[in-house]
Amino acid sequence: MHDMSAPVAHQHAPPTSFIRKYVFSLDHKVIGKQYYGLALLAAYVGMGLSWLMRFHLAWNSTAIPGLQFLSASGAPGGVMTPEYYLQLMTMHGTIMVFFVLTTAPFAAFGNYFLPIQVGAEDMPFPRFNMMSFWVTFTAFLVLMSSFFVGDGPTLGGWTQYAPLNAIGSVGGPGQGTGVVLWAVSIALFCVGQLLGALNFISTTLDLRVKGMSMMRLPLSAWSWFITSCIGLTAFAVLMPACILVILDHVAGTSFFVASGLVMNDQVLPHSGGSTLLWQHLFWFFGHPEVYIAIVPSMGIVSHILLANQRKPMLSQRVLIYSMGALAVLSYMVYGHHMFVSGMNPFSSLVFSFPTLVITIPSTIIVLIWTFSLYGSKLRINSASLFSLGFISMFVSGGVSGFFLAQPSIDIMLHATYFVVGHFHLVMGVAAMFGIFAGTYFWFPKITGRMMSEPLGKLHFWLSFVGAYCIFMPFHYLGMAGNVRRYSTFVDDFLQPLIPVHKFITIAAFVTGAAQLIFLYNLFYSRFKGAPAPDNPWEATSLEWSTATPPPFDNFGGKHPIVYHDPYQYGVKSSVGDYVMQTSPEQVETEFEEK
Amino acid sequence: MASTLHEPPQIDLNDVLGAGNGGSINIPTDGGLRSVLHHSPAPSSSAIWVAMFAISMMFAAFTSALIVRKGSSMDWESFALPSILYFNTFLLLVSSVTLEVARRRVDAFMRGARSAAQRPTSWLYVTLALGLLFVIGQYVAWQQLRAQGMYLATNPSSSFFYVLTAAHALHVLGGLGGLIYITYKLSKLTLRRNTMVATARYWHFMGALWVYLMLLLWFKL
Repeated sequence: MHDMSAPVAHQHAPPTSFIRKYVFSLDHKVIGKQYYGLALLAAYVGMGLSWLMRFHLAWNSTAIPGLQFLSASGAPGGVMTPEYYLQLMTMHGTIMVFFVLTTAPFAAFGNYFLPIQVGAEDMPFPRFNMMSFWVTFTAFLVLMSSFFVGDGPTLGGWTQYAPLNAIGSVGGPGQGTGVVLWAVSIALFCVGQLLGALNFISTTLDLRVKGMSMMRLPLSAWSWFITSCIGLTAFAVLMPACILVILDHVAGTSFFVASGLVMNDQVLPHSGGSTLLWQHLFWFFGHPEVYIAIVPSMGIVSHILLANQRKPMLSQRVLIYSMGALAVLSYMVYGHHMFVSGMNPFSSLVFSFPTLVITIPSTIIVLIWTFSLYGSKLRINSASLFSLGFISMFVSGGVSGFFLAQPSIDIMLHATYFVVGHFHLVMGVAAMFGIFAGTYFWFPKITGRMMSEPLGKLHFWLSFVGAYCIFMPFHYLGMAGNVRRYSTFVDDFLQPLIPVHKFITIAAFVTGAAQLIFLYNLFYSRFKGAPAPDNPWEATSLEWSTATPPPFDNFGGKHPIVYHDPYQYGVKSSVGDYVMQTSPEQVETEFEEK
Repeated sequence: MASTLHEPPQIDLNDVLGAGNGGSINIPTDGGLRSVLHHSPAPSSSAIWVAMFAISMMFAAFTSALIVRKGSSMDWESFALPSILYFNTFLLLVSSVTLEVARRRVDAFMRGARSAAQRPTSWLYVTLALGLLFVIGQYVAWQQLRAQGMYLATNPSSSFFYVLTAAHALHVLGGLGGLIYITYKLSKLTLRRNTMVATARYWHFMGALWVYLMLLLWFKL
């Protein structure tokens, strides 16, 4: 540990009661772990739902033992109905997008490490921070409660398109209470994330320690800051949209349901609503949400790769600007989700152009990673492998985005498995790999113990190969015309594709089982793992300057002073080929410091 | 933890404040509460702007929804705004003035002008009363509209009226909570200057937002 010469500003008395220490804690580190726990729980629930769906898609007439106990009407005898398939699909998408991909890389890791990486004792508003988690947790409970209320969860998909989201139970199982619970849950989630974004931005702007200029922030801190800015705008728009949906349900308003709509032989009482209005409001949130999920992983992966390649990034500044460009452009492209919605064809062109433009900063980021790796002596460990896997998934999923960005091609591929394969790779699997990379990298700092590397590497290879086995065939299915959201494939042209689905299902089971290895590694290492030193990766940023695990006030009663860029690798210093941010030691460096 | 985190600093600030806290800091020499209050760190200075941005985005979403919904169908029925809204607008704008007077007096007090301490609390009470009257006035406006037969679900125009005014009133109630908090803190002489400034900014923002909503409702309803 390096000397931190500034004296302590405040002496904190840590909470002593169990409730204040572990449940309603104000400590950003505990809140970060709570978010991680929630994301972990949500991830395995979401994965379990995907197993059920995959099994049904491959062997649709075979009963799944015990499923009838979850829903007697949705799965009589253990065989799910088409409606119940859609309900599970909706819950899978909602849980994964909101409670895993948003929660883990951003709220969990960001909460734990952002204050430490800027040198602060905590977030500026710890009570808001605590509220942020508990509101998010409540949102999760509200969503999960829809499994057990009325006729089950909503079947409208995670996008909840109008008018289906606003017409009530006449729309099918779960379209009454289920939709209301979904909308309440998401509105609560928005509140939680807005409170979180408020803290993240304030922490970054106001609580940096002496010497920590913005350009000296680690790339992970930059990514959390940029993501906060995206989330601040996106969630502030989704929340009013959810409120309007709730009002259409419970107050009889007509925001989203058009006049004279007949559903199941019933003329609906609503009048004059705009079905497209929901899509505009939702996708104004929805596309930035992709970057809310992926940008934190970009920062985390950059942070990890730098520590393992032992040389600076090709251009840290350009990478930061590119992440910022992604944030700005993410608001200009949302209409590409609506190419087939019936909006003006000219609008499609307007949205298509920035969609193609947004590939430029993405490509720049990938090129910076790739060329920075060139000539490096990369340390191969679980964290760096998952970081490389992230790049691979991001590129593989991103390439198909080029095609979908063009309206003429998108019209063909829209609502097919091609789109499902695209967003699962670029947003889902890539972000998951970022989460895994962050877990293997920061686990020693959080717990004081090392994770098992052999198990980590086994986990990586099974996940890496498995993810490609699952999602690359999706593209083939989509090009063959396989429509998404079908629970069974009875059409002649879909029959030959069923073996592909069986292959995907088997791959999903194997890849899912690999995640149990991760779970075992996580819990076993937590209690039985080898003790971790303070800086096992010989990394340079502030979290590695403090004790393992960090003390209650993060730096043991002192405030660090920052002297260097966050990534001084490949130098000659008294400790090796790196110099800590907190070290006043002047070293020879080949690149300019900020 | 939060209470310790936000306690006025007791030590040399020059050594512990970094680039993020910005600005030059004059170290209190007398150790008195007045000086410490004035020079305490400012974590809330950017947070209030962040919060106002998020609220602006929320009302921007409602506004775009109103414009799209009005243009999507012929069922839109215009109606005259309840007259009490104009009086409510006046109340909210005056409350901004009274809060500004209070803020300046608190500010002067923290800078050492003991005479300025005479009545900042009174001005805060006046602001609180005006804010409360505004919310009550909004409720009266809803009653007047109901008397005309315009309920939440009667027409999209009335739906938006209730949604926008209710959303704004909820935010004003949040501002009233902030005013109560700073009044309490002032009475205990533990008020931080930045908390006062942030609360005042939020309250002025509520006034500006309401003027915007009035114009929107006036033109679109």
